[in-house]
Amino acid sequence: MSLMTEITIFVLAAFVGFEVISKVPTTLHTPLMSQTNAIHGIVMLGGLIVVGFADDGLEYVIGTIAIAFGAITSSEGFMVTDRMLGMFSKKPKPKAEGDGAGGQE
Amino acid sequence: MSALSQIPAAVLEPGGDAATALYIVAFSLFIIGVRRGTHPTTAKQGNMIAAVGMAVAVVTTLLLDGIGNWGLIALGLGIGTTVGVVASIRVQMTEMPQMVALYNGVGGGAVALIAWSEIRHGISLGEEIPLDELIPVLFAAVVGSVSFWGSNIAFAKLQDLIPTRPLAVPGQQVINAVLLIGIVVACTDIAINNDDPSQAIFIAVLLAAGLLGNLVVLPIGGADMPVVISLLNAFTGLSAAAAGFALDNVALIVAGTLVGSSGTILTMEMATAMNRSVGNVLFAGFGGAPAGGGGGDGEERPHTAIGAQDAAIKLAYADTVTIVPGYGLAVAQAQHAIKEVANELERRGVTVNYAIHPVAGRMPGHMNVLLAEADVPYEQLREMEEINPEMPRTDVAVVVGANDVTNPAAKNDPDSPIAGMPIIEVDQAQQVIVIKRSLSPGFAGIDNDLFYEPNTSMLFADAKQAASDIAAEIQQL
Repeated sequence: MSLMTEITIFVLAAFVGFEVISKVPTTLHTPLMSQTNAIHGIVMLGGLIVVGFADDGLEYVIGTIAIAFGAITSSEGFMVTDRMLGMFSKKPKPKAEGDGAGGQE
Repeated sequence: MSALSQIPAAVLEPGGDAATALYIVAFSLFIIGVRRGTHPTTAKQGNMIAAVGMAVAVVTTLLLDGIGNWGLIALGLGIGTTVGVVASIRVQMTEMPQMVALYNGVGGGAVALIAWSEIRHGISLGEEIPLDELIPVLFAAVVGSVSFWGSNIAFAKLQDLIPTRPLAVPGQQVINAVLLIGIVVACTDIAINNDDPSQAIFIAVLLAAGLLGNLVVLPIGGADMPVVISLLNAFTGLSAAAAGFALDNVALIVAGTLVGSSGTILTMEMATAMNRSVGNVLFAGFGGAPAGGGGGDGEERPHTAIGAQDAAIKLAYADTVTIVPGYGLAVAQAQHAIKEVANELERRGVTVNYAIHPVAGRMPGHMNVLLAEADVPYEQLREMEEINPEMPRTDVAVVVGANDVTNPAAKNDPDSPIAGMPIIEVDQAQQVIVIKRSLSPGFAGIDNDLFYEPNTSMLFADAKQAASDIAAEIQQL
């Protein structure tokens, strides 16, 4: 991919991001932050690529830590967001509540 | 190892059309997921959709042709997912700000590590590293390292591991400027020598950026944390996007930019809500006694003090009550006790609402989560702009643990340090009850004129105790 193509993607993504996120009400900003944190776990792809193609000791170590960091961010983020949003939406039913398990890694 | 790496599944060519198409699916799911976050009824589903996007991105990467070292990959994913899942179940809602700070930092750290191994890889190939790859790597390394260390300091402050008050280092601004210049010079040196960059200089850049992250966040006081957390969130997002440039990966670019936009929007909203610029938060070292703001004569101004019983009577015979919770409510863990008061009032037919200032907690939207956890219905959580016009029709406004965000001086006194800050206009309500330990000023260090208004009653007590007492008194009526 050429640099200019990547910059095009970046700029368009920034506009989409601003458009979409400015519609999230302040009431839901904490779940928004934990969800975007989870999405940030996408950096584990970088770790996977590093480890997957690595052939040197230090790269194994650095990459494996990066994978673990990314996986923590992502799994924690999606699951805790699910927990929080469950609190916001449980009002209709009187007192039936199971902690919705659900996030993917 | 070789037997394991011969996976029969269809393998994808790295950078090929099939892999890119799947990454496009992944980032589309992220955008749809965030878009569903605009309402609580759809947000939970949106979160699931984003999680599926993550699964698609991870599986796609694992299917890339030539990927190996499955043992290490499984180890990293296994440890990470286990830690993340356990943490997500254990974390208390009051601890959300430090958790978000911590995982922000962890994400930034991952980016810095990836950048480091990209550089190592480039050096080991012995060829010239193209600048359109090297510059994003350097950017990712610096911003990732700043976010990692800055977020760790923010976490330590929020977790009370280190004092939350601003910790000033002498010559702070100068040291920061020198570090920043040093980082830029070192990165330029690496870029100029891109045929054989020095790994030692790169590691020095990582360390200098880490030190900078420490020094920038250390002097920031606890009350400014909403701005800092949001800003670090924006940084980690940008660092991920930069890593995407370096790795030619669209999913990383779009996801990182999405996170970066979110962090940027939240930073600006928080700064506006505190009536300060981001630069002022970062570099002013606020909170160090802004000499003599309000009265300054030390005399106590006349005010009305009441007890729990009087408060209960005022509330029980009202038609509409608006509760204004602040940071003090979170500190006192009074959200459940307040909900008790609301329950008693609703039983008597009183309409109860909650007016939430944007910076009412320690991170954007934190107070809403705390109240939602105490079973306050979503419809009763009202935003500032929405509830202010209803204030004149409100019989009693109850301020719990909030101070500066209710100070009418922000509107009435152009010379006040908080002039122009958006406030919840409780002074417009028919009557005001302020639950507070004393008349002491809030974070901004200025007297609150609200306390001395004729229609304001002060209830001096711990928020949680006061709320329980009021609930008990209402029951007796």
